[in-house]
Amino acid sequence: MANSYNMKQFIAFIKKEFHHIFRDTRTLFILLGMPIMEIIIFGFALTNEVKNSKIAILDNSRDAATASLIAEIGSSRYFNIEKDIYSYNDIESSFREGKIKLAVVFPQHFGEDLRHFNKAQVQLVADASDPNVANTLTNYASAIIVDYQKRITQDHQLPYTINTEMRMLYNPQLKGAYNFVPGVMAMVLMLVCTLMTAITVVREKEMGTMEVMLVSPVKPLRIIIAKAVPYLLLSIVNIASILLLSVFVLDVPINGSLLLLSFESVLFTLTCLAFGLLISASTDSQQTAMFISLTGMFLPTIMLSGFMFPIENMPLLLQIISNIVPAKWYYLIVKDVMIKGVGFESVWQETLVLAGMMLLLLMLALKKFKIRLA
Amino acid sequence: MNNDKVITADQLTKRFGDFTAVDAISFDVHKGEIFGFLGANGAGKTTAMRMLSGLSLPTSGKATVAGFDVYRQNEKIKQNIGYMSQKFSLYEDLTVKENIRFYAGIYGKSDKFIKEKTVFILKHLHLESETNKLVRSLPLGWKQKLAFSVAIFHEPQIVFLDEPTGGVDPVTRREFWNMIYEAAESGITVFVTTHYMDEAEYCSRISIMVDGRIDALDTPQQLKKTFNAASMDEVFLKLARKATRGE
Amino acid sequence: MRTLRFLLQKEFRQIFREPSILRVIFVMPIIQLLVLPWAADYEVKDIKLSVVDHDHSDYSRQLVSKITASAYFQLQDYTGSYQTALHEVEKDKADLILEIPASFEKQLIKEDKATLFMAVNAINGVKANLGGAYLRNIVQDYNSQVRTEWIQFPRFSPETNIEITSSNWFNPLMNYKYFMVPGILVILVTMVGSFLAALNIVKEKEIGTIEQINVTPVKKYQFILGKLIPFWVLGLIVLSIGMLIARVAYGIVPAGSLFAIYVFAAIYLLAVLGLGLLVSTFTGTQQQAMLISFFMMMVFILLGGLYTSIDSMPQWAQLITKINPVSYFIDVMRMVVLKGSSLGDIRNHLLIMFGFAVFFNGWAVISYHKRN
Repeated sequence: MANSYNMKQFIAFIKKEFHHIFRDTRTLFILLGMPIMEIIIFGFALTNEVKNSKIAILDNSRDAATASLIAEIGSSRYFNIEKDIYSYNDIESSFREGKIKLAVVFPQHFGEDLRHFNKAQVQLVADASDPNVANTLTNYASAIIVDYQKRITQDHQLPYTINTEMRMLYNPQLKGAYNFVPGVMAMVLMLVCTLMTAITVVREKEMGTMEVMLVSPVKPLRIIIAKAVPYLLLSIVNIASILLLSVFVLDVPINGSLLLLSFESVLFTLTCLAFGLLISASTDSQQTAMFISLTGMFLPTIMLSGFMFPIENMPLLLQIISNIVPAKWYYLIVKDVMIKGVGFESVWQETLVLAGMMLLLLMLALKKFKIRLA
Repeated sequence: MNNDKVITADQLTKRFGDFTAVDAISFDVHKGEIFGFLGANGAGKTTAMRMLSGLSLPTSGKATVAGFDVYRQNEKIKQNIGYMSQKFSLYEDLTVKENIRFYAGIYGKSDKFIKEKTVFILKHLHLESETNKLVRSLPLGWKQKLAFSVAIFHEPQIVFLDEPTGGVDPVTRREFWNMIYEAAESGITVFVTTHYMDEAEYCSRISIMVDGRIDALDTPQQLKKTFNAASMDEVFLKLARKATRGE
Repeated sequence: MRTLRFLLQKEFRQIFREPSILRVIFVMPIIQLLVLPWAADYEVKDIKLSVVDHDHSDYSRQLVSKITASAYFQLQDYTGSYQTALHEVEKDKADLILEIPASFEKQLIKEDKATLFMAVNAINGVKANLGGAYLRNIVQDYNSQVRTEWIQFPRFSPETNIEITSSNWFNPLMNYKYFMVPGILVILVTMVGSFLAALNIVKEKEIGTIEQINVTPVKKYQFILGKLIPFWVLGLIVLSIGMLIARVAYGIVPAGSLFAIYVFAAIYLLAVLGLGLLVSTFTGTQQQAMLISFFMMMVFILLGGLYTSIDSMPQWAQLITKINPVSYFIDVMRMVVLKGSSLGDIRNHLLIMFGFAVFFNGWAVISYHKRN
């Protein structure tokens, strides 16, 4: 009897939380729309692939050889020939105005040299203010030139040739989305769970309604849990919409078990909720809660989970710190289960780490709440 | 126009969508009066006051405040009125002195005026020792008294008070009303909303709003006579019972 | 003028009394500029290689030692089974598998031709692409080496040879931090501009003090200027702190003039402040303002060219970058700081930003009402 009475109270509290969320349509819209926007931006717009780069050609030779090589470069999807330039000085001014990223320079007598001596020179000048793009563009341009050179030599078949055959595992079309979808899932869950839980609890504190609830006969612990439940459900909706979008719009498959993926996502969601509760137990103002959530959870997630920036390139200290970021482990799990399609036997270690973090955060949060309530 | 009338309202109306918050109210307020505006929660008191003080544009009807039209001359009105809302209106993260200086400053008062009057007011409120404390640290009653002093610091013709004594203890409330009397004696017209019926007795004249309309308007004595009631409380209950609009 | 003075005095007092704002202004830039550039390094290096050697010949060993001698690859393990290697990839212990078939050496010598198999974890497409290209280059090198061992080429090599020389301007050491730091600085300045200004005004709405201001004779433009100027000044302070950190911690000295940077920043801040004002007029609570600013910032940052090249985006996304003020400032910072572009070089950017400033502020002023 007493139990079912308690249960009813509990459900009443959860209903109240839902009312709060549904009444503020602007916020709800953002909470549900954000994952969709993110998936679309990340899936379609953000590639760290480099293509359609604007380049300029300085052709001091103007012969058949340069013409066909230029045509080849121009037809590549990596390059758009923006303009022809006529002097070396123009390269620098074009870089300064940000018009081009690479200049290809053919010296005089390029074609003649090639015909008579089987040897010629090309110079590639890159705007290395973005080293990554400079490096990639130089590589792509070199590859086109090497291909061209191979075609000329085709007539004489060389002895002792090592051929290479390359297979792209998991992502044969090299889509950026394969890398980003797991990251976006981590980011969205973090935002909805940590930030929103922290802010709503603190908001009630700020407005004084928290006290009203604390004097009601409902156990404080249940009030806190009731605040978290709607966000858990909201997160599940978000997970579902992200997965649907990635499968049907981005063509990113779910290669592993959907059940396992859902289980891991709920585990991560709980970790985020626990962190949100911990923040709300430690602060009294919305702005502070926001600040802690952003610096304590969001930035580390973007920076140190490995989905934006490769962890192996970081200094050792940051690599070590990255281990305490829950999103890093979740990201690894999602990548393994969703893209590589491996089973639980391959991710149990990561799962254990995540579960441990969840329990630790939850314990800390409850302890903090008890101290504050006592 | 009669110069004695500082506020006139004629068929003043405010609608939000198909909800009529204020329904064609008409009244005059005379110079030096303490004009009480009574009504249950949601009767339309605050909306009416916001229209008169230039915060809200009327839907229809006419009104003038300090001789200026509320539609076209609302910025001129603002130069001549003070306003204290039910939400606390001082900056909690500024000190007592800084708040006074700020509000006086944006009404265009000279430095000399501000300096001299600040000393006078703080002395009057017995707040000299709190001059450089943050407003946040003051008890509620002191804050309200300070807010009132700030609202009339620039010596306006009219001051609008929206439930100024909400949540304040009876002693402070009495002190607060003494300040209102002093202001009225110095020639400032006071327009005050309240739902404390004992406060209504202090007013020169009272209007009682029910469902957006003014159902009664007279001196407290006359109202009690008309409604055959012993106290304002009874007058109010008799009128409010007719209300259909809940909160 | 006098009224404005009082408004400004009040804003500055409040800002410097609020510890959380001071943290955002002084601590955040320092931490972010000291940590973020270290994390944001896209360079592909230290690729973990798993070799499956079915041949165990001299050649296969030579090839493997040549690969591991390169700076790009780390030999993770050396096995005889593709399954084991694939398992390593599944566990993220290896990125790339090189499979050397049985009788690789024999085929190469006897049949003039042999084939190597590579499999690369392509979840991160760029890394896979570059990793594969690096490995192929090494194999090509090794190939030529083998060739010269077996045949003495004639004086005029039958192999055509186009020699490619490349040079990297503006950042010859290819330091990725030179690229990231100016961009991150832009983000910080933007946060102060739009985020803090929006929150500040909405806070006055929530507390109710804005109503008190609305019944005073303060003019609309005075109130808005009173809010804009403090955050405009703060934005320039953050920029200065950031430039100082860039200089001290990373040795980044602008190649162009500081004057050009500050002129652009001054106009840029006006534009994003206008945006902040707009957010504040369309929201009622701090929570809403935070979420909306946050959402906008995210789109702006991601589609601003900070991390990924705008040229590679699809057409519709490139259109969005055109209406994204952040992308212009990031561009300008990199142009002036790294390439030494002058005011003349960035004139188009300046003009567009000026347009943004007028547009956002105009809209904000029109939609801000002292009465409703």
